[in-house]
Amino acid sequence: MAVAYETDLAKLGTLTGYSGPDQPDDDLLRACVHCGMCLPSCPTYRLTGQEMSSPRGRLWLMRGVADGRLDLLDPIFDEQMYQCLNCRACEAVCPSGVHYGPLVEAARSQLERHRPRPVWQRVLRRVALGGVFGDQRVFRAVVGGLRLYQRSGLAALVRRTGVLKPLKLAETERMMPPVAARFLRPGAERWTPSSPARAVRLFNGCVMGTVFADTNRAAGRVLAHNGAAVDVPVGQQCCGALHVHAGMMDEARALAKTNIAAFEAAPDGEIAVTAAGCGAALKEYGFLLKDDPAWAERARAFADRVRDVTELLADRPLAVPTQAVDRIVTYQEPCHLAHAQRITAQPRAILDAIPGLTLVEMRESSLCCGSAGIYNLIRREMAEELGDRKARHVLETPATAVVTANPGCAMQLRASLARNGSAASVVHVVEVLDEAYGGSAAWPPEGGREPGGSRPQRP
Amino acid sequence: MSRAHDHLIERLERILGPGGVFHRPADLLVYEYDGSVEGAVDTAAPVAVALPTTTEQVAAIVRLANEFDLPVTPRGAGTGLSGGAVAQRGGIVVALTRMDRILEIDPEDRTALVEPGVINLELSEATIPGGHFFAPDPSSQKACTVGGNVAENSGGPHCLKYGVTTNHVLGLEVVLPDGRVVWTGGRAGHAPGYDLTGALVGSEGMLGIVTKALVRLTPNPEATLVELAAFPDVESASLAVSRIIAAGIVPAALELMDNLTIQAVEPAYHAGYPMDAGAVLLAELDGIAEDVRAEGEDVAVLCRETGATSVRVASEKPERDLLWKGRKMALAAMGRLTPNYYLHDTVVPRTKLPAALRRVAEVATEYDLPIANVLHAGDGNLHPLILFDRRQPGAVERVLHASHELLHSCVELGGALSGEHGIGTEKRAALTLVFSADDLAAMAGIKNSFDPKSCFNPEKLFPAGYRCGEVRALRAQALAQKLGIYAM
Repeated sequence: MAVAYETDLAKLGTLTGYSGPDQPDDDLLRACVHCGMCLPSCPTYRLTGQEMSSPRGRLWLMRGVADGRLDLLDPIFDEQMYQCLNCRACEAVCPSGVHYGPLVEAARSQLERHRPRPVWQRVLRRVALGGVFGDQRVFRAVVGGLRLYQRSGLAALVRRTGVLKPLKLAETERMMPPVAARFLRPGAERWTPSSPARAVRLFNGCVMGTVFADTNRAAGRVLAHNGAAVDVPVGQQCCGALHVHAGMMDEARALAKTNIAAFEAAPDGEIAVTAAGCGAALKEYGFLLKDDPAWAERARAFADRVRDVTELLADRPLAVPTQAVDRIVTYQEPCHLAHAQRITAQPRAILDAIPGLTLVEMRESSLCCGSAGIYNLIRREMAEELGDRKARHVLETPATAVVTANPGCAMQLRASLARNGSAASVVHVVEVLDEAYGGSAAWPPEGGREPGGSRPQRP
Repeated sequence: MSRAHDHLIERLERILGPGGVFHRPADLLVYEYDGSVEGAVDTAAPVAVALPTTTEQVAAIVRLANEFDLPVTPRGAGTGLSGGAVAQRGGIVVALTRMDRILEIDPEDRTALVEPGVINLELSEATIPGGHFFAPDPSSQKACTVGGNVAENSGGPHCLKYGVTTNHVLGLEVVLPDGRVVWTGGRAGHAPGYDLTGALVGSEGMLGIVTKALVRLTPNPEATLVELAAFPDVESASLAVSRIIAAGIVPAALELMDNLTIQAVEPAYHAGYPMDAGAVLLAELDGIAEDVRAEGEDVAVLCRETGATSVRVASEKPERDLLWKGRKMALAAMGRLTPNYYLHDTVVPRTKLPAALRRVAEVATEYDLPIANVLHAGDGNLHPLILFDRRQPGAVERVLHASHELLHSCVELGGALSGEHGIGTEKRAALTLVFSADDLAAMAGIKNSFDPKSCFNPEKLFPAGYRCGEVRALRAQALAQKLGIYAM
């Protein structure tokens, strides 16, 4: 019995290919020589062992569409472009320097352009990504509602009813850390040392400026401790990373332009970012707007100013922390810090400088925890498998806290650790450093001044 | 799709469950390549891909393939460079990536029992804390699998001292081409009878599918020393190589890089290679601390005697790693010089290295292609890197011609076709350069006794058009050659 796979000749030439703006760049695509060095770094390949779930496989699929051998609308193409976490671990290990991130983002953008989505999905994307993340006021209102839910006793009540389980929201709820008592609003707070040596502009971010507002405040304090006058320029919006990852390029470009303009109004100083995901996206504004002559140069200039907060701190000799933090911690590398921005030594150097603190490395510290932006909300199964794997690695260490530098990771780690019976807390690098500098109790420092200063803490 | 096809998939799914079988065109697309260079190895898609998790499943797949008369191509991580994992005649690809468990580590017997999908480096990472490592270290060790290493008899920088994969395999569980499961070799070391383990290692997936490997572990060395010697040219560096070996020193690794490589590596990684050196030699010595120190001094002296302008010694790990980084990232750095490169793999007797390198330089000029040299110099293994840009018309053809020329030259110098990448489809046509028809017939006899239907990984190793049924024809050809009749 002979079996052969015959190409359906009638179908050739009728395949949907790439068209319009934001196509995967052909030169970038062909830089891949399918050597396979990326395979072990890829979380989805590690879990499945299958080639189409590997970076190399996905690039080959993208090439298949470019060469007219595969339909853009083939469900397998769709599945693989979105199964990817876009963690970019492959990019960091690629011997040929293939820029995987921009390629998968362009492929997704092509899918969004050409593949009809069901109405409910379109509405949801528009409302969630366009409406909520697209406008900081709306975002703050939503998180404000969440805070009310957490604090009013409603949360405890809802949990008791068990209503979240059938709605599959239990895990989502578990991920949410307590929302900060007070949001950080651009223009409202600043941190100035007694003799500032330079200016630093803080990029606030959506989740960081609300849920994790206190982390941003800690960043402000530690930067000020290190001689920088820190403010949060007004007019800034969401970085657009989630939009880029979801193939919504036009929305991302609109946000980018708003941010570029906002920070041009505060033209001096570096732009500090406390979320690795935002930082990676901001550093790529130059690429995002490269085809827009009015904005390309401005975007490049903006991107050149962007630094992750750990990068900024480690650039110069660190002000010596005085308070011992007697704790054993392990470090989870945010993908968009370690792989997209290639920042791995700086956070560790900061932790090493803290007296009393012991850093114990876990296995696979640079493997994605499964958060990947909103991946853990839309592809729960694979995200949970990765989260469990991560929690197991944490549990193998004596650490009582996991240090990271990205809000998505922080939330995913929280949920994964809790699910796996770990009591370890999750903190940002700057929070630990802030503690070693004495924390908010030691701010403002004696003799320091707070022009336009922090509003007094509400009780 | 035909009914036979549907029936095949249904039967495969019965063995593996729906998640273990891939058969839709888009899925098959990504199994049509391995790590080989496009142009040197044709891509080809299978009819189905099976991802087994147990030996029984592998055996059942092979029996099914027999029933359907389909070729079987085993596949590990697909990092091979000679097309070994490409299903040239379609059929079923058996990908062993889900059989990735380390079953047992025995520090006292210094063995490990592993499934074929275990990643080479991860085996060492698992055994190093217990005092041992898995010695074969191909450059792809971060990604490649132990099963693939067995199939290709992989080497690496450290095989100069520690030997290639075959020196580290004690026994194998194998699914034969007819679906039977057998064990070869064993813990005792020397088993009487034919050395089937030896026959299987390096058989390029043509004699069976390895489902378990019992491998030898090597004790971690007490001390390690790395020396970097800079030479004015490649000749003096290769002379140093010969002298070091002749002095009875067996370095763990002895790597040579030419100036073009240094130009690519140093600006990118700042490993400390002198930019003006014609070549650098990287020597790693390991073993008992006193020996390492003494040998290190000897190597430095020998290098200076042969013209080294400087010798740097690194004994601490961070500094050693930095010196190695330049070597390990050499390929990556090439990617920064040129859009494409063709990594070649040939061997010559160590004493012929200077001649071989001269020939490489000539070929580079003749074909107007920059060629960088990275060598496992200690065992005469050349890795000329031909740099080119695929987008230039005719570039690929020129590269293939140049590489054929290189192959010829190395064989003329008494070398071999491949140091560690295997023959696969990449070099099958060149096999007759080094093997007589009798030689090939002897090899074919082995193939024939394992796989009489010639179903396992067809179109590999033996020259094109050659089938096992043609052994007799080959014998006739051999006889004709012997008699001086060139009628073929």
